[in-house]
Amino acid sequence: MTLQLKNVSLVRDTETHIYPTSLDLVDGQFNTLLGTTLAGKTTLMRIMAGLERPTQGQVWFDGEDITRVPVQKRNVAMVYQQFINYPNFTVYDNIASPMKLLGKDKKTIDDAIHRVADLLKLTPMLHRMPNELSGGQQQRTALARALVKEARLVLLDEPLANLDYKLREELRDELPKLFRHSGAMVVYATTEPSEALLLGGYSAALFEGKVLQFGPTVDVYSKPDSAESARVFSDPPINLAKVNKAHGQFSLSAGAGWAANGEAHALPDGEYTVGFRPHHLTLTPHGDTSVKVSAEVLLTEISGSESTVHAVVDGHTWISLSHGVHSLDKGQTIDLFIDTRKCLMFDDKDRLVLS
Amino acid sequence: MSQKAQNNKAWWLVMPVVILVAFNAVIPLMTVVNYSVQETFGDNVFFYEGLKWFGQVLHSERFHEALGRQFLFTGIVLLIEIPLGVAIALAMPRKGIGVSICLVLMSLPLLIPWNVVGAMWNIFALPDIGLLGKTLNAMGFDYNYTRQPFSAWATVVAMDVWHWTSLVVLLAYAGLTAIPEDYFQAARIDGASAWSVFRYIQLPKMKRVLTIAILLRFMDSFMIYTEPFVLTGGGPGNTTTFLSIDLVKMALGQFDLGPAAAMSIIYFLIILLVSWLFYTFTMRNEN
Amino acid sequence: MATIKLNNLRHSYLDNPRGDEDWALKKVDLTWEDGGAYALLGSSGCGKTTMLNLISGLLTPSEGSIQFDNKDVTQIRAEERNIAQVFQFPVVYDTMTVRENLAFPLRNRGVAKPEIDKRVVEIAQMLDLSESLDTRAQGLTADGKQKISLGRGLVRSDVNAILFDEPLTVIDPHLKWQLRSKLKELHQQFGATMIYVTHDQTEALTFADKVVVMHDGMVVQSGTPVELFESPEHTFVGHFIGSPGMNVLPGSVVDERIGYCGYTVDAHLRADQLNGADSFELGIRPEFVHFADQGIPVDIVKVSNTGRVRIVDTRHDNDLIRVVVPEGESIPADKGYLQFEPYRTTTYVDGWRVGDKVTPISSRTGAATRSQISQSQTSAGSAS
Repeated sequence: MTLQLKNVSLVRDTETHIYPTSLDLVDGQFNTLLGTTLAGKTTLMRIMAGLERPTQGQVWFDGEDITRVPVQKRNVAMVYQQFINYPNFTVYDNIASPMKLLGKDKKTIDDAIHRVADLLKLTPMLHRMPNELSGGQQQRTALARALVKEARLVLLDEPLANLDYKLREELRDELPKLFRHSGAMVVYATTEPSEALLLGGYSAALFEGKVLQFGPTVDVYSKPDSAESARVFSDPPINLAKVNKAHGQFSLSAGAGWAANGEAHALPDGEYTVGFRPHHLTLTPHGDTSVKVSAEVLLTEISGSESTVHAVVDGHTWISLSHGVHSLDKGQTIDLFIDTRKCLMFDDKDRLVLS
Repeated sequence: MSQKAQNNKAWWLVMPVVILVAFNAVIPLMTVVNYSVQETFGDNVFFYEGLKWFGQVLHSERFHEALGRQFLFTGIVLLIEIPLGVAIALAMPRKGIGVSICLVLMSLPLLIPWNVVGAMWNIFALPDIGLLGKTLNAMGFDYNYTRQPFSAWATVVAMDVWHWTSLVVLLAYAGLTAIPEDYFQAARIDGASAWSVFRYIQLPKMKRVLTIAILLRFMDSFMIYTEPFVLTGGGPGNTTTFLSIDLVKMALGQFDLGPAAAMSIIYFLIILLVSWLFYTFTMRNEN
Repeated sequence: MATIKLNNLRHSYLDNPRGDEDWALKKVDLTWEDGGAYALLGSSGCGKTTMLNLISGLLTPSEGSIQFDNKDVTQIRAEERNIAQVFQFPVVYDTMTVRENLAFPLRNRGVAKPEIDKRVVEIAQMLDLSESLDTRAQGLTADGKQKISLGRGLVRSDVNAILFDEPLTVIDPHLKWQLRSKLKELHQQFGATMIYVTHDQTEALTFADKVVVMHDGMVVQSGTPVELFESPEHTFVGHFIGSPGMNVLPGSVVDERIGYCGYTVDAHLRADQLNGADSFELGIRPEFVHFADQGIPVDIVKVSNTGRVRIVDTRHDNDLIRVVVPEGESIPADKGYLQFEPYRTTTYVDGWRVGDKVTPISSRTGAATRSQISQSQTSAGSAS
């Protein structure tokens, strides 16, 4: 199974919602669209579903141009952020509805419902009404509907956003398992980088209607090809700073410097942007590759096992994340250590040159 | 390349409506337009008169007076019904059994046919045997809607208010119940007075439904015919002869089809113009 | 500002509550110290919003009393309690400008105009709203509107406390960070008592100095983020705090020591602290479970990468044991051995913690403990 967007763009009135985008989604994997609200995730999904016609470009499914095929004729299932179920149907009838529309016989429907209800732990609730269920159960019902439909393309638009934190954790764990055997192409939209990582699979980083990068999720995270992409895929936000390379040495305007070894040695001298994630900026050094900068504490947040320190370094606010509990006072001067092995280097065009 | 409709079959579903609208709106309207520019004495003999009837109607004192009365009536009715309707909606309970009781009570007047309303009030207000008329006279008011213009006006206005305020109540109530509870809680915490809550939360949130209410009531009251016709027949004299009554008198009473058709079109355009102006003006600040 | 005291507080939404389940809030005794930053943490339906509304006066409790600075306010209405509240969905007065919105609570209280102007400008500056003061509040983004809601609370000098009801629900993750830090900063600046209701443990732990965990209408534990993380009073807290939550495993006694399936897990934990209970459970955080050359044999089921760490699902018998493996440490291919870090295991009977508290991390060598272990692990395993 393949789903390809070929140079798809969407312009409404004079406003560009999606810039020309080409995407080749991967079968049998979670394809995650990651980006903030209004980055274009939902619009892209609507184009994939056939709810929206792109202004330019084509959508290909299994080697067939389906750009003009209306949504009713595509085999698509969609689950939304809001829990959408038929309010006057029981859970059973809700799950049965897509199969009834397909004209399946009673026995097949019944078997499928029990199988899916079992998977989603809905069996005890099958004869309840949606308004008697908790949010998590309502969303499971919606997911069950998408599952039994045996759609070839399943679009999940922030399905966990309205759920409690712990429930989200639990369902996020189950989702890939559920869809693994369905043979469907799954596209998942989220605003949270950690969610994309935990779901694994492939990810596309979106920003203001542009797909910045697409690839295996871990690669997009560890080798963002632009500073913009790194920023999208970072929670807490990645620290970025200007760095100058000269005489085989990188130096920060904050004073710290380190030798440009290995691959870095080959880079031409000049200005670069260095990016390092908060957990690579720590209160204690990480071996001899760490370099020290002096910082003024703005704020500390302690989460039980970790401490997040917001600190000002050379006029910029950086975020540091360290293990353990460290209560620091506002205005206190501290040393922070950048793990230079983990630094990402971007050139003057914001493209990744070193990771 | 065409980006047009992906599923043309859907158009067939619209056909019944198109046919219906054609038969009950477009074709009669065209007939009226046809009459408005011709002179006829029956027998299907027509003479083309151009815009003569329009000029005649626009310059006739009779039309001016009827139009004036019409605006006055609509103005009075709106000024009473809208605030009254909002006030009743505000006073209605938000939960419990009271809600259904109030809603049923409020819907009752809306279910009564226009001519019945007229007939009811006709009897109700009779000075000699009607409950209202007799009571007022017994209290020392000189009340007689068939003889005094003021009594007639007051009765017509009261009748319309009685009949239609409920509509405003229901719309306003729907608007009010759609406001999330958080707003009222935030306002309580901010120490807002009841007036402030109304002015800054309820009224802005009701804006859309009130716009609809005002439009509906404007159009309806501007076209009022049956009730005053049954109650006063446009009298005493011409004091309650509104546009529509005047129009019917002209068309059926005097059989002046040409001027009547021209007047209908002018009438129609006035309603359209006022509604459009009102709508664009109130919605101008949205987004 | 005031100290808020809840005495034997109970609340039911029913007129005649009978069984236990009829109570949305089951007997709460709690003191919120003046100027504290608190979080009220729990899943939906646990009674946290009920408690918030009781404090603000939007609800009157069925039983018990509420005191502000030793003054009984149980029957006093919301508008007279001088409490500010920020709701889940931003509440702004659409027809007013940002300036008018901020001035509204002061105008309602008859504060003099020059004073209002001064306060509004001050608050707007703190919230980075100065530039949009004269635009209509309606056109603002969700985070802007939420700042206004907050500003309407801060602008009053007489507030006893500011309550937040899941204020970041509609905010994007990258803005959540900013808004949360802003809140914390404002707390330090103003010293106002702040109570922050949320189901998100990260938000609760990072915002608050003290977190109150609720479950099923009851307060199960209240303590500092560190206490909640290290010594959960109840297995529910262990599960709820931390991502992933604490591993809770059936316990057994091995040589008069606490053990799991015949393995001693922590030489320091003696069985006599169980007070003779027949069955008990062990709690160990995934952060404190490590791969080693010997110990509890497990199968590796799944590895998920969060970027920063990897979460490994392992299985021994039918128990799922989660392990958090920091960047740079190796994970065995499909079978391995687990060891629990000393002093980290807690014991539970009927869900509640028994025995000694885990020594707080801060009173020991702190972060060093953790990094020493990581380093010895790294050198032991082959570097990935």
